Amino acid sequence: MLLLTCPNCGLAVEETELAPGGEAHLKRFGPDSTADQFEEYLFLRDNAKGVHFERWRHAYGCGKWFLAARNTATLEVYGTYSAQTTEPPQHIRDEIARRTDR
Amino acid sequence: MRRFSAFAIAREAMRNHEGWGRTWAKRPPAKRYDVIIVGAGGHGLATAYYLGKNFGITNVGILEKGWLGGGNTGRNTTIIRSNYLQDPSAALYEKARSLYETLSQELNYNVMFSPRGVIMLAQTHHEVRGYKRTAQANALQGVATEWIGPERVKELCPIMNIEGPRYPVLGGLYQARGGTARHDAVAWGYARACTDMGMDIIQRCEVTGIDRDGGRVTGVQTTQGPIGCDKLGIVVAGHSGVLAKMAGFRLPLESVALQALVSEPIKPCMDVVVMANTVHGYMSQSDKGEMVIGGGTDGYNNYTQRGSFHHIEETLRALVETFPMISRLKMLRQWGGIVDVTGDRSPILSKTPVEGIYVNCGWGTGGFKAIPGSGYGMAELLAKGHSPLTAAFGMERFREGRFIDESVAAGVAH
Repeated sequence: MLLLTCPNCGLAVEETELAPGGEAHLKRFGPDSTADQFEEYLFLRDNAKGVHFERWRHAYGCGKWFLAARNTATLEVYGTYSAQTTEPPQHIRDEIARRTDR
Repeated sequence: MRRFSAFAIAREAMRNHEGWGRTWAKRPPAKRYDVIIVGAGGHGLATAYYLGKNFGITNVGILEKGWLGGGNTGRNTTIIRSNYLQDPSAALYEKARSLYETLSQELNYNVMFSPRGVIMLAQTHHEVRGYKRTAQANALQGVATEWIGPERVKELCPIMNIEGPRYPVLGGLYQARGGTARHDAVAWGYARACTDMGMDIIQRCEVTGIDRDGGRVTGVQTTQGPIGCDKLGIVVAGHSGVLAKMAGFRLPLESVALQALVSEPIKPCMDVVVMANTVHGYMSQSDKGEMVIGGGTDGYNNYTQRGSFHHIEETLRALVETFPMISRLKMLRQWGGIVDVTGDRSPILSKTPVEGIYVNCGWGTGGFKAIPGSGYGMAELLAKGHSPLTAAFGMERFREGRFIDESVAAGVAH
């Protein structure tokens, strides 16, 4: 069972309390963007085997969105952070570097 | 290859069964092949088989990271059906189903195809409307399915409780010539036929890089050294994204875990396959007597071939109302596989931005049923550059908004 800490309410909860929301930090291009850019935003995914940044919603709790850094090959969780970010914050990147550099 | 026949059994019985030989040959990889197929699962082996049989291309190497048929081919619930809503899907899956009918004879290898019938239960009024529509569509597509009422469902599967109360059975979409087959035998049978045509099947050979010369593929780097090729078919299911990254493009896929479980073996009590999409569960009884039960996928990306306990609970909890007898069954084994899911829940059989590289992926939660048709179409695509079976399944359909939307039609259990 995957356990994640919701950064909004601070609770460490099981995955049954959460709703997964797919890859994080997707960039949506504005008006006049090309079909390729729209395809990229809507459909193309890194689908990384390894470190993966993703969206979650604390559906059966505070109801708010947050982001998580997780390893899809080992199921390690590197940490969770606010959804109001456009890229992973420094402390998450440090944690990933520390734990993947063995 | 020694052909299997009644005469061969009698002959081998006289000499202690020592003359059968290997089912497929073990050979080291050659320096180059006309076509390299990455992935020796059902789809990869079927692709190689039809390349040889239909197009005479036999200088083919099939590379497999693990062991033959050890990925999703060995992990699925072996259901075969073709009751899809959209025309391109119905054509592809019906081609596969019809090839399954005579596959044992064609391969001279018993794949134990058992057309025992598949019922997709309608347990909500929404499903009733959806399946009636599918039955009409199938009639136009030439796929033999019918809408049946709850009494007929009960007649076909007496162990079922159709009364509810939470999810009463309101009817079902019945495909009498759907059923199951022995999944390992499908892979082994194709592998045997490929070896017989002189193809090389190289196990424990992981592709670690893809060589390109400009925009064209020239070969692959593997754990057993570099191998050259003219054309490369990537048929690796859950790891398609990883291979695509090596080749320098992205795919509209996400890899998630799908799991299944089997009960202890019991006496025969159910001779149809039943799918209950409302509750995300499906069940059939294997020839050994085990109840084979499949559930829904995890919602998050995952490459570990494991399941999770709460999904087992969810699946069984949902099925117990419809199949009260399973509440007394002990579950024996549970396992997971990594499936590659596309946005419209239809597969991708396509050219790629790199010339010479073709992908066959995105089968998601329902690839086993399609193996012969997928191989048939993919072989034509590799040999001729286009195929009427695969034309609608190109990866550019996402950019063009030309979806083959089965996510609504087929739901999760696929």
